[in-house]
Amino acid sequence: MAHNVLVVGELAGGSPTSTTLELLGGAQGLAAGGSVSVALLGTGASAAAAKAAGASKAFVSDDAGYDAVKAEQWLAALEVAVDQSGADLVLIAQSSAGREIGPRLAARKKTAVAMDCAKIEDAGGLKFTRPAYGGNALATYSIATSPAIATVRAKSFEEATGAGAGEVVQLPAAGASRTNITGMEKAVSAGLQITDATVVVSGGRGLGAPEGFKVVEELAAAIGNDKAAVGASRAAVDLGWYPPSQQVGLTGKVVNPDLYIAVAISGASQHMAGCSGSKTIVAINRDKDANIFGFAKYGIVGDWKAIVPALIEEIKKAK
Amino acid sequence: MHIVVCAKQIPDPETPPSAFKIDAANNKVIPAQGIAPVLSQFDGIAAEAALRIKEANAGSKVTVISMGAESAQAAIKQVLAMGADEGVLLNDPAFEDGDSHTTATVLAAAIKKLGNVDAVFCGRQAADWDMGQVGLLVAEDLGWPVAIIAKGVAMGGAGLQVQRVLENGFESLETPLPAVVTVSNEFGEPRYPKLPQIMAAAKKTVTNWKLGDLGLDAGAVGKAGSRLKLEKLFIPEKGGKVELMEGDTPQAQAAALVARLQADKIL
Repeated sequence: MAHNVLVVGELAGGSPTSTTLELLGGAQGLAAGGSVSVALLGTGASAAAAKAAGASKAFVSDDAGYDAVKAEQWLAALEVAVDQSGADLVLIAQSSAGREIGPRLAARKKTAVAMDCAKIEDAGGLKFTRPAYGGNALATYSIATSPAIATVRAKSFEEATGAGAGEVVQLPAAGASRTNITGMEKAVSAGLQITDATVVVSGGRGLGAPEGFKVVEELAAAIGNDKAAVGASRAAVDLGWYPPSQQVGLTGKVVNPDLYIAVAISGASQHMAGCSGSKTIVAINRDKDANIFGFAKYGIVGDWKAIVPALIEEIKKAK
Repeated sequence: MHIVVCAKQIPDPETPPSAFKIDAANNKVIPAQGIAPVLSQFDGIAAEAALRIKEANAGSKVTVISMGAESAQAAIKQVLAMGADEGVLLNDPAFEDGDSHTTATVLAAAIKKLGNVDAVFCGRQAADWDMGQVGLLVAEDLGWPVAIIAKGVAMGGAGLQVQRVLENGFESLETPLPAVVTVSNEFGEPRYPKLPQIMAAAKKTVTNWKLGDLGLDAGAVGKAGSRLKLEKLFIPEKGGKVELMEGDTPQAQAAALVARLQADKIL
């Protein structure tokens, strides 16, 4: 069936984010002859419309007031975009902004949102599949009301190709918000981000101390800082060993690299929900019964303190 | 300051994956034998956040509410033992098998009935379905502002000052009251109640409210009112069998791994 799809875009440096392009790619497939629109809010939105591949129509507001996302301002604009686009499906990234906008937009449009979807397909109606029970299960939903709304995890769709939006419709400037942002602190690792890396090397509580991450970082560096980034389990982040921006899992980031190396990570379901889409998983763990080995293609049972330095040496040798 | 904490009782997320079973005919999780349900971890942290504000602001009160089965009394008692003043259980067959929207409808109705509530604290998401919607939908139902995924919250400024965890950093946010806040694991661990507090909580009466007490229509709650329909719940297939790297030394094991990854053209 044809669908009119609205993608809620996000901008980085005045361009649509890679996740926005992925949502547009998904929208192209799901529209099946219907329309694909995109909403872009913030500095550079009008110019970004031309880069929004696969969208025929862009709803934009270039107002810098939208740059730091205050959901109430975004919601007011997005309600207009939903109405004017005639969307029966709205796709939003499972991002910091999307986690808030999805449910609130659903409430305002008297409909429902399926959060953190990994797969959306039209099989006798739209079906939304997402992890549940900490990743132990998958749940498939349908939405009885319109528009159906979904937040979608990164890398669930291929990026859209084709021309950007030809028709541009202006949305209002940012309005009022009851909440007020009083400060912002960037806390991102320098260099390659875990969501973009082709190799992610992650450390867990089994490292025993924050210093363990130095060795994990050395492993990533040996593979190449242009390819590999360092992640961490929730347990390690909660212990303060590594910053939350590097957390892989249900409450952190979802990564789908070519290679995921889990060092001293037991593989709790909530962690696996963030990395089980990796093409190849390698597990290094002392406990041969650890859950992580159930997901790994290759494993080494042993103490990371001995294994990882040896691995660094072998990787350097192989280059 | 009167803070309501929304608490949910869930199957223990620490249940080993081998004991995790699904009743496919009914799309439900089969409770694991001998593993008691628990207070959703994030809700315990939300309770901790509320109690710290209560302790820092004389004359404050914390009420814990839970929508769920009779057994959810245990989750309420746990938060009472932590230091909450009153507990309300929202239990009615009409509430069952709903979605985030119908859950929020019931919780918001209870919050309106309580009256004089200044803030509602929830976990960032329930650790069973992991949707992360209910706090936001309660806020929309009540018409209150909301701050989600908090790692810090205190009285100050216009009402509450909240530190939020974003994907690439942190945000400080100020919201007027009344407001809803959802609290994340970065806030820190909840307190463990001591035996005398557990015994005192056991003696406390938990208020029970049913559909009629909340003035809600049966068609607006539970399965009848839900908009998100669960079609299928299933256990995903894991990857193939792991190949363990053999070798007498870490060097040999590491070399074997590098050889595999090179053969696969990954390294």
